[in-house]
Amino acid sequence: MLGLGGRKSPLVWVMHLSVLLLVVLWTLPTAGLFITSLRTADQISVSGWWTALSSAERNAITRTPDGSAETQVGDRYVIAGNVLKNGGEVVAFGRSSLKPTQFKPGEVADLGDGITLSVKADGSYELSGPTKLEGGQRIFYTARTPPAFTLGNYAHVLSANGMLRAFMNSLTVAVPATVIPILIAAYAAFALAWMPFPGRSLLIAIIVGLLVVPLQMSLIPILTLYNDIGKATAVDAHGVIGTLMHYSGLGQMSDDGTQIGLNPKSYLGVWLAHTGFGLPLAIFLLRNYMVGLPREIIESARVDGATDFQIFTRIVLPLSFPALASFAIFQFLWTWNDLLVATVFLSHQQDSLVMTGKLKDLLGSHGGDWEILAASAFISISVPLLVFFALQKYLVRGLLAGSVK
Amino acid sequence: MADLIMKDVAKAYGEVKVLSNINLDIKQGELIVFVGPSGCGKSTLLRMVAGLESITSGTLSIDGRVVNEVPPAQRGIAMVFQSYALYPHMTVRDNMAFALKIARKSQDEINAAVENAARILQLTPYLDRLPKALSGGQRQRVAIGRAIVRDPKVYLFDEPLSNLDAALRVATRIEIAQLKENMPDSTMIYVTHDQVEAMTLASRIVVLAGGGISQVGTPLDLYERPENEFVAQFIGSPAMNLLPGEIVETGPETVVRLSVGGLVRTAVPTRDSDKGLKVNVGARPEDMVPTEADEHLFEGTVGITEALGEVTLLYFDKKGEAAQVIAKLPGIHAGLRHKTLRLAADPKKIHLFSNGRSLLYR
Ligand SMILES: Nc1ncnc2c1ncn2[C@@H]1O[C@H](COP(=O)(O)OP(=O)(O)OP(=O)(O)O)[C@@H](O)[C@H]1O
Ligand SMILES: [Mg+2]
Repeated sequence: MLGLGGRKSPLVWVMHLSVLLLVVLWTLPTAGLFITSLRTADQISVSGWWTALSSAERNAITRTPDGSAETQVGDRYVIAGNVLKNGGEVVAFGRSSLKPTQFKPGEVADLGDGITLSVKADGSYELSGPTKLEGGQRIFYTARTPPAFTLGNYAHVLSANGMLRAFMNSLTVAVPATVIPILIAAYAAFALAWMPFPGRSLLIAIIVGLLVVPLQMSLIPILTLYNDIGKATAVDAHGVIGTLMHYSGLGQMSDDGTQIGLNPKSYLGVWLAHTGFGLPLAIFLLRNYMVGLPREIIESARVDGATDFQIFTRIVLPLSFPALASFAIFQFLWTWNDLLVATVFLSHQQDSLVMTGKLKDLLGSHGGDWEILAASAFISISVPLLVFFALQKYLVRGLLAGSVK
Repeated sequence: MADLIMKDVAKAYGEVKVLSNINLDIKQGELIVFVGPSGCGKSTLLRMVAGLESITSGTLSIDGRVVNEVPPAQRGIAMVFQSYALYPHMTVRDNMAFALKIARKSQDEINAAVENAARILQLTPYLDRLPKALSGGQRQRVAIGRAIVRDPKVYLFDEPLSNLDAALRVATRIEIAQLKENMPDSTMIYVTHDQVEAMTLASRIVVLAGGGISQVGTPLDLYERPENEFVAQFIGSPAMNLLPGEIVETGPETVVRLSVGGLVRTAVPTRDSDKGLKVNVGARPEDMVPTEADEHLFEGTVGITEALGEVTLLYFDKKGEAAQVIAKLPGIHAGLRHKTLRLAADPKKIHLFSNGRSLLYR
């Protein structure tokens, strides 16, 4: 790509610039969210996150206490106090809303009748007059506060009642809901890609068709089915199935120790639902990837005596890591961020509330608190990010290098 | 011992008949080369032997056992693919050991076999590398090594050298020849496009064309006594010249008058009844010699010439319907362009074909 004389051609510059632009465009909102999550509610309401790194100036008004707070100093009556409560410094003050920045800190403003007001940079003020003061005098001032960040929002979100529990619940939902479909789909994809059997193309067509079935459409039938299973197992309360259910933790025991049936709202239900909704895409992605593996490698293994199962585990699976990893990332992201399926298939009690549900509750009770939203958004981003960075080393190109010409 | 016999073997993909009527008897220790034009079914036949492709009809037996329904691994064969088909995620050692591990051989046995194959193929320094860190030639040797460790009765090669560059191809070809020399008892079937590979490696060549076997024979057999026009033109480069003519004199020697003018005497014997038979006269470019004599095979104007140093190729201008005539003269001949030249050939090197079949085989 080097032009004559070793100079980079303009095209390269254009390319680099557009890459830079894209990177900025993509990371800026995240950075904004992150900075916002480190600010207090007051800061957020006053200014945008982009001002957070420089000192903020704001105009404010305060009122001196009434006359009862005055002291006598020499022959003058004085009311003293401080306009600043949260640190910072005063850069100007004034005595009327028309000229709120009339005086510099340390100057003395004449309020008439011999009454004077002075505000120092540190915020301390002094109102003094020759006679008794009425107080309640308004002080207009401009305060400059240095950049200040706080982990308070995170502390707040994390310490919220049941948040840790919700975090664990989310993991309990998302991890099996990612692993189970991958396990099933890998087998299915291998069969659909490399094991000829009658009806194979029809099956593939059906799976492609299932890709476009909206999830919402199947929620109610599935829930009904779960409930029916719950009832059916209840009938068998003292039978073998009931006992098995009990010991495998799938069922629920009533107080008197009898089996009351399979709980339709359990983690197993969510796992199965997520598995079902994830499988078409998983099979589709994995099959398309596996079909692209060079035919000769698989034939070669067959000549070497490998059975279909050995070909699958020793050859196809290791070579399919990129596809497995990308699907795992997709599925984890979707199950982690999911609220709908979790709400429908898990009971809405504290002990099985997922992270998204918990965050929704937090926001609901505080009504659009940005700082909570930002902090909790960051906490919930962090897990998928971890998953992504853990898996990204498998997203390599050139896995097949050296195999065929 | 490891004889391989094909009897009336045929292959069809649904309605499409790819191969039919294949009868072949391969003796232990032979190196059989399949050649033929692209798409004639060489790979298909090889894959049928390997067990990767089902046999539509007929029987294939290895070592006296019919193996039509036997899975590849139990046929006692090993295959080297055109695209090396190495397992990219395994080291060279694991690539070679794979089949033995599957067969649950002991670790000592596996090590011994791998080390031995690596030594034969000079791969020892690379045993712990991944295929992507090898050159094309080394990869191909690993593929061959993978076959060797299994100690098969029959080796199958599908165009093993076609991905290599010219120099490497020659070197690897010689290695394969040496390998064969060192394993005189193993049978090999080798598919290639390359005539030189076929002529140099083969004990016998099988020419496939039009869904069947055109001729089977030793390389020189095919060169000297081709059974039909296809084989005559397929073997040898440039292809044999074919000129239409009519038999005017029969007997132990035959005389043919060519339709482009010219009279030629050949050592092919003919019967009296053959007089007046329309035939094609075949003469290889390298057998044509310039002559001043009246009795000549062909007279024409030299069009393009190609000087290769070792030989000079003369492409004669076309005359009417007849195909272009090519002559290959040893050495360097400058200034022949646009000259008119008369060519003759030794009667023993002239072939006669009637309806595409050689008159030698009747
Ligand atoms: N699955 C298939 N269905 C139908 N026809 C096929 C199929 N596979 C191969 N063929 C046909 O079989 C014929 C033989 O193919 P094959 O690969 O054996 O040719 P080849 O001699 O090896 O050619 P090449 O020299 O180009 O490798 C071809 O005409 C091809 O079109
Ligand atoms: Mg082929």
